[in-house]
Amino acid sequence: MDIFLQQIINGLVQGSIYALVALGYTMVYGIMGLINFAHGEVVMIGTLVTITVAGSLIKVGMPVALAGLAGLTASVLVCMALGWGLERIAYRPLRNAPRLTPLITAIGMSIILQNVAMIVWGRNYLTFPHLLPKIDFEIAGANFTAIQLLIVLVSGMTMAGLAFLVYRTKLGMAMRATAQNPQVAGLMGVNSNRVISAAFVIGSALAALAGVMVGTYYEIAHYQMGFMLGLKAFTAAVLGGIGNLAGAMAGGILLGIIEALGAGYIGDLTGGFLGSHYQDIFAFVVLIVVLMFRPSGLFGEKTGDRA
Amino acid sequence: MQAKLSVVALSVAAALAMAGCGQKEEPKPAAAPAAPAPVAKPEVVVKLGHVAPMTGPQAHLGKDNENGAVLAIEELNAKGLEIGGAKVKFELLAEDDQADPKQGAIVAQKLVDAKVNGVIGHLNSGTTIPASKLYFDAGIPQISGSATNPKYTQQGFKTAFRVMANDVQQGQILGEFAAKQGVKTVAIVDDRTAYGQGLADEFRKAAEAAGIKVVANEYTTDKATDFKAILTKIKSTKPDLVFFGGMDAQGGPMAKQMKELGVKAKFLGGDGVCTPEFMKLGGPAADGNFCSLPGQPLEKLAKGPEFRDKFTKKFGAEIQLYAPYVYDAVMVMADSMKRANSVDPTVYLAEVGKTNYDGVTATIAFDEFGDLKGGAISIYQFKEGKLEFVETLGGAAAEPAAAPVAPAEKK
Repeated sequence: MDIFLQQIINGLVQGSIYALVALGYTMVYGIMGLINFAHGEVVMIGTLVTITVAGSLIKVGMPVALAGLAGLTASVLVCMALGWGLERIAYRPLRNAPRLTPLITAIGMSIILQNVAMIVWGRNYLTFPHLLPKIDFEIAGANFTAIQLLIVLVSGMTMAGLAFLVYRTKLGMAMRATAQNPQVAGLMGVNSNRVISAAFVIGSALAALAGVMVGTYYEIAHYQMGFMLGLKAFTAAVLGGIGNLAGAMAGGILLGIIEALGAGYIGDLTGGFLGSHYQDIFAFVVLIVVLMFRPSGLFGEKTGDRA
Repeated sequence: MQAKLSVVALSVAAALAMAGCGQKEEPKPAAAPAAPAPVAKPEVVVKLGHVAPMTGPQAHLGKDNENGAVLAIEELNAKGLEIGGAKVKFELLAEDDQADPKQGAIVAQKLVDAKVNGVIGHLNSGTTIPASKLYFDAGIPQISGSATNPKYTQQGFKTAFRVMANDVQQGQILGEFAAKQGVKTVAIVDDRTAYGQGLADEFRKAAEAAGIKVVANEYTTDKATDFKAILTKIKSTKPDLVFFGGMDAQGGPMAKQMKELGVKAKFLGGDGVCTPEFMKLGGPAADGNFCSLPGQPLEKLAKGPEFRDKFTKKFGAEIQLYAPYVYDAVMVMADSMKRANSVDPTVYLAEVGKTNYDGVTATIAFDEFGDLKGGAISIYQFKEGKLEFVETLGGAAAEPAAAPVAPAEKK
């Protein structure tokens, strides 16, 4: 039982990170029908900027908590600028191009960002500074740390904040209107360019936050760390129903838990025939089954093909 | 208009490319016709291919390998070797295989097409093995400084050589070492690469033969960062030791996450985790654990400290792992060419097998498979951010085994 609980905790933490990244995918998709494959790289830049800023501030003697906060702020600002720039450079000129075109530029931007990061931060793994004290908890034989607790709490709060923004503010209303029909929203006085920029900026800020969390959790960073994370988060968004905020959150957490349980039990379930390296298969089988019965994901709405 | 434009673009590109080439090879044409007088010796350019992952999670090791090769080639060129009556200039063609077997074969073909005189590499066993067939078919000698999977030299390719002990030897010694440490139960994790899986399999055999019970077999990938799920499972089997067949980029975080989950077991790994990077990534969790490296510590070798000085002075970086072996591999190749008095692969290949070269890492001679003769394995312990030499086992140069908590030889 304690193993089961431990796996749930592992999955919940991992899933919260997926969820936060998945929100970025889903927001952009919901509004423009574009899959921003460079989103994972924004997470990576967020982590690396924090390492540079917080790391050098700690070196000059600033208290760790302050340096961490400065690092977080810097990374959020850099990523917001990056998200805004991405949209202006790579996606806006292609707004009316066939749907495949921005997809290709997205992959291109992802490669460019990885290589820029490789040039700036080098090929080596970087260690993330210790920003939080290590406090361990134990419940019913399952271990978890303060960092893990914080990740789940911060993710939850951020997601609640985003939900408030989208459903209770004017900007959120403009976003939803643009998502429904950009032309008509434009006729009603919504500046769709600004709304789309806002979606990228907010999504990137969430990515920066996720980047800092990944950094504090694993304490390592690398210029390629964003790729797999981005892919998993995208899967989570599809699982929950891409374009749907609640879906992205649920999909992320679900994917994290499925992965952890898959890795933990797949060997026993198949009598050792499939090992723990098949955990991704476990996750993707669930995805396929869900999509078979609910083609638009768990929470996805049935929509006609966007014009 | 568009057609015209593309023609212009093409010609610009071509001009640029030519300019680039011209600059690079300037010494070559300039030396022959422009220097008419005293030494009318022609200059021959010997192209050596070097392959390692320069991007991806193992890029730091790839760069380390390449630095080893660059250092060797610079020294050879500075010495001004003469082979077959001609002055020889070595040139490095460095390729990136991304530690991916598919990419490994692609760049191998590229090197074959470029008609290289020899190949140094690849870094990973997983890429070296498929690539070795291409080099064999083309008759190009290949010396790897780091591919330790036994299969590499067992395919019957007379072009395949390596300058370090293979994983059969390493896995066995690690298994015996674990038994000597009083380990009763072990959980084995590997990253499903040719290297990781091969090492883990050899370790498993040796551990079982020594009476150690294998309580869990778990797997990950060479790109993973989260091991909590498999470690949670391992925790429930309460092993004395966790053995990892894989690289430092996974091993470091794995050791750290073991500690976070409260896994009490020690951590043991092979050469892939025996790096400064492992300690950086593992943090305090790396401390007290053991790992092994083929060969002997640089400090124990006659030319070791000198090599370390040269390396750090030139690149301003610490040696990660295989750089000295790659350096030796280049030297062995050049030495064979010298003895054969030819840079033609078909001619000097026979001489590679007869090598007896006093290198930085060992006195290098090959057995009939192309494996290093009498390869030794050394065990190290991570202590306060340093790799501490424990003992050297196996091999011709083996010394009387020291006690496990041994002379504080800093690596």
